[in-house]
Amino acid sequence: MKFNLKVWRQKNANTAGKLVDYTIDQINEDMSFLEMVDVLNDNLVRKGEDPIAFDHDCREGICGMCSMYISGRAHGPQHGATTCQLYMRKFKDGDTIYVEPWRARAFPIVKDLVVDRGAFDRIIAAGGFVSANTGQAQDANNLPVNKDDAEKAMDAAACIGCGACVAACKNASAMLFVSAKVSHLALLPQGEPERNRRALAMVAQMDAEGFGNCTNTGACEAECPKEIKLVNIARLNREYANAAFASETQI
Amino acid sequence: MATLDSKIPEGPLDEKWSSYKEHAKLVNPANKRRLEVIVVGTGLAGASAAASLAELGYKVKTFCFQDSPRRAHSIAAQGGINSAKNYKNDGDSVHRLFYDTIKGGDFRAREANVYRLAEVSVNIIDQCVAQGVPFAREYGGMLDNRSFGGAQVSRTFYARGQTGQQLLLGAYQALERQIGLGNVTQYSRHEMVDVVTIDGKARGIIAKDLKTGKLERHFGHAVLLCTGGYGNVFFLSTNAMGSNVTAAWKAYKKGACFANPCYTQIHPTCIPVTGDYQSKLTLMSESLRNDGRVWVPKSAEDAKAIREGKKGPLDIKEEDRDYYLERKYPSFGNLCPRDIASRAAKEACDDGRGVGKTGLAVYLDFADAINRLGVDVVKARYGELFPMYQNITNQDPLKTPMMIYPAVHYTMGGLWVDYELMTSVQGLYALGEANFSDHGANRLGASALMQGLADGYFVIPYTIGNYLSGDIFTKPIDLNHPAFVEAENAAQERMQKLMSIKGKRTVDDFHKALGKIMWEYCGMARSAEGLTKARKMIQDLRKEFWSDVAVPGEINDFNPELDKAMRVADFLEQGELMVVDALNRNESCGGHYRVEFQDQGEAKRDDEQYAYVAAWEFTGVDAEPILNKEELKYENIKLQVRSYK
Ligand SMILES: Cc1cc2nc3c(=O)[nH]c(=O)nc-3n(C[C@H](O)[C@H](O)[C@H](O)COP(=O)(O)OP(=O)(O)OC[C@H]3O[C@@H](n4cnc5c(N)ncnc54)[C@H](O)[C@@H]3O)c2cc1C
Ligand code: SF4
Ligand code: FES
Repeated sequence: MKFNLKVWRQKNANTAGKLVDYTIDQINEDMSFLEMVDVLNDNLVRKGEDPIAFDHDCREGICGMCSMYISGRAHGPQHGATTCQLYMRKFKDGDTIYVEPWRARAFPIVKDLVVDRGAFDRIIAAGGFVSANTGQAQDANNLPVNKDDAEKAMDAAACIGCGACVAACKNASAMLFVSAKVSHLALLPQGEPERNRRALAMVAQMDAEGFGNCTNTGACEAECPKEIKLVNIARLNREYANAAFASETQI
Repeated sequence: MATLDSKIPEGPLDEKWSSYKEHAKLVNPANKRRLEVIVVGTGLAGASAAASLAELGYKVKTFCFQDSPRRAHSIAAQGGINSAKNYKNDGDSVHRLFYDTIKGGDFRAREANVYRLAEVSVNIIDQCVAQGVPFAREYGGMLDNRSFGGAQVSRTFYARGQTGQQLLLGAYQALERQIGLGNVTQYSRHEMVDVVTIDGKARGIIAKDLKTGKLERHFGHAVLLCTGGYGNVFFLSTNAMGSNVTAAWKAYKKGACFANPCYTQIHPTCIPVTGDYQSKLTLMSESLRNDGRVWVPKSAEDAKAIREGKKGPLDIKEEDRDYYLERKYPSFGNLCPRDIASRAAKEACDDGRGVGKTGLAVYLDFADAINRLGVDVVKARYGELFPMYQNITNQDPLKTPMMIYPAVHYTMGGLWVDYELMTSVQGLYALGEANFSDHGANRLGASALMQGLADGYFVIPYTIGNYLSGDIFTKPIDLNHPAFVEAENAAQERMQKLMSIKGKRTVDDFHKALGKIMWEYCGMARSAEGLTKARKMIQDLRKEFWSDVAVPGEINDFNPELDKAMRVADFLEQGELMVVDALNRNESCGGHYRVEFQDQGEAKRDDEQYAYVAAWEFTGVDAEPILNKEELKYENIKLQVRSYK
């Protein structure tokens, strides 16, 4: 297969970037999208040019590191898949493919397709945890958990922190990511004691990082590779409202 | 020669750990605040250690090369984590888990360490549940378990097919909490490129800020390496792309012994290699062997016809199929241990009966299970796995058998550590897959997660105090100390050298070439002849690398190719040590199979001569390493032949 690629090249956060054209040939349909970029980079290195910088690690759809905005869609055209799990057979021979980084004020560009998602870590540090020091735990089965709640918590906990929801959103809102963590912990009894504090602190940090507001468009849900649902955002709104207006919790 | 004191406490096996804890020296809270600990790696081992130490009051710095600590390779673990909870009332106990793990490791692990691992396995589950890890549950609200290879009880806890992810997120959240509280400083996109030792003690590291390419000096009263395994020396493996040996290798070059480097685990059920462009191999969970039947055609002609596309698997009649695991190991059948299933697949393919375009694949067939249980049950049982397979290969395993082949998965070898997890360098510790301690020559499924968390949550918090209590008067060492300057200069020179070669071959070219040598000669079947040849080939390849590698870009910049080159340079040295170790071990045990030492295809151990840990000591890149031996003493169990027939 043969493709025309238009790839965003940008030296660093302080220089302007632009789309650069590349053509690539002899691509096998069983290659993953990242393996196709590997081949392109191999060609570039052999020519003495700077290869395209991009983030990746597990290549199994679980670490959340890969992050390409492909022809107008976060992680490309395949629903429920990360960039590393996208295969070239999803494209047609001769296609022109645009490859860009996640774009959001809170995710500054490092180089080419690589962005800084440290804001997500800081949101977790603000409250996305249960304060249980090592050694304090009681026997695990002393705390039965309703199976349905456990399953729902697991659905939300499946978020890989990739940031596609932010990239897909016209407001660059991080609500889906934040709501996934708040939901995971709010659905479990272990999360109860810090429930109010968590919702307030995580939302405050999200705002401080410069993410946009949620206007319920749903683009995040459509592009999320782990199919995190919008109901989580509704739950976050409830959690937040309870904490802000119906409790005396302050952060 | 290094002196290897394993520091195993006196007393009966089941009292060693509690007696150690009672006698270990303590550090008072005020002093802890003055003690700085560097933790390299934020996988299960690193994140759990860093969070726990910070909770105790130590000042901690953590490092990882990914853009967030949450992305460590532990995130990819699927199956589950073992624990001797005996929630199923099926006769499990600490002793049974201990015994299964020792036996699974083909009697090449240390008794005292494995016993402690089994003991603390119980606390791990409690801790993780308290953090909110959403383990699978039964309708009554209690925790669910599944069975894994090498055990007759149900002791594996799991969170769908994402156990590693959920355990890591639990540890990551505990770590982020400590970061938020200001007790931990996290350095993401930072790669450790050297350990700094002063007067024989580890005192810090040199780290490369991958965003800017600049080198930094960091001081610590102690340094913990939690940097994972080195399976990527084979280029193709189930490990994440960035997994590397650099941190452990630098420690080795600074005096830490490297133990049993040849013990590698090759997992039998992975998606086969299809082309040269392939960058990694994907694991298909061991659980599939509960219902899948492994076979190849009986005749080489049929196999050839399949490879050429003239026949498909469904054209091969039942009587013309060889269900070779069931034939060879009637009592365990398709569920025999990983090392054995892998070797059998290789034999079938070497015999000309492999399938797939390359001939390096065997079938894993669900047709019987579907007939017996119906499509829906089979689909539900293996959830995500079938769609994942279909997405990668474009074939539907419900209609045609899966194709699988063994792939490198885990490394049992690693830095030698004593009972306290300290390497042979004072103040330098190794935790998780980076050390060698608990799995002997073969690791059982669901025990790596257990070991990583045991080391981080429940072992190091006690053992580090025993060392640091003697260090409370040491002030932070000036970063201009000659040892820091020298280490930084050496790293800088190495980078400059790599950039200045401007050769013709890419880093991946070399990495792939190394991987081929390792796989061919130091993979599933090894021989003295092949290993001797391989050693020479690796030495030659290393020379070529240092004269012909092409590293583009700039040195003081975000430059992933340079980072890769630095890792591959270390693999090119470490691969040789693996070969040396494999050559030294004139026996077959677990994942190490020497064709000269077998009994009709079954591994033949030599307990008389090789019941020891081979701990190698560095003497120079092109010099012979020194072999130190730690005898393995079995006081509580009897060595036996592992039979699965
Ligand atoms: C596909 C797959 C499935 C698995 N499934 C299971 C399972 O079901 N059950 C089970 O028990 N085990 C399983 N394992 C094994 C298990 O996941 C690993 O052995 C374990 O997670 C290793 O944890 P770790 O903390 O030691 O290292 P890792 O999780 O590998 O973490 C290494 C850390 O070190 C950092 N690092 C490495 N080098 C450097 C450096 N030079 N400088 C700075 N930082 C560095 C990395 O950034 C990372 O943070 C599986 C493995 C794979 C590959
Ligand atoms: S919610 Fe979905 S898209 Fe957003 S970070 Fe999580 S996994 Fe990625
Ligand atoms: S590389 Fe890990 S999710 Fe894509």
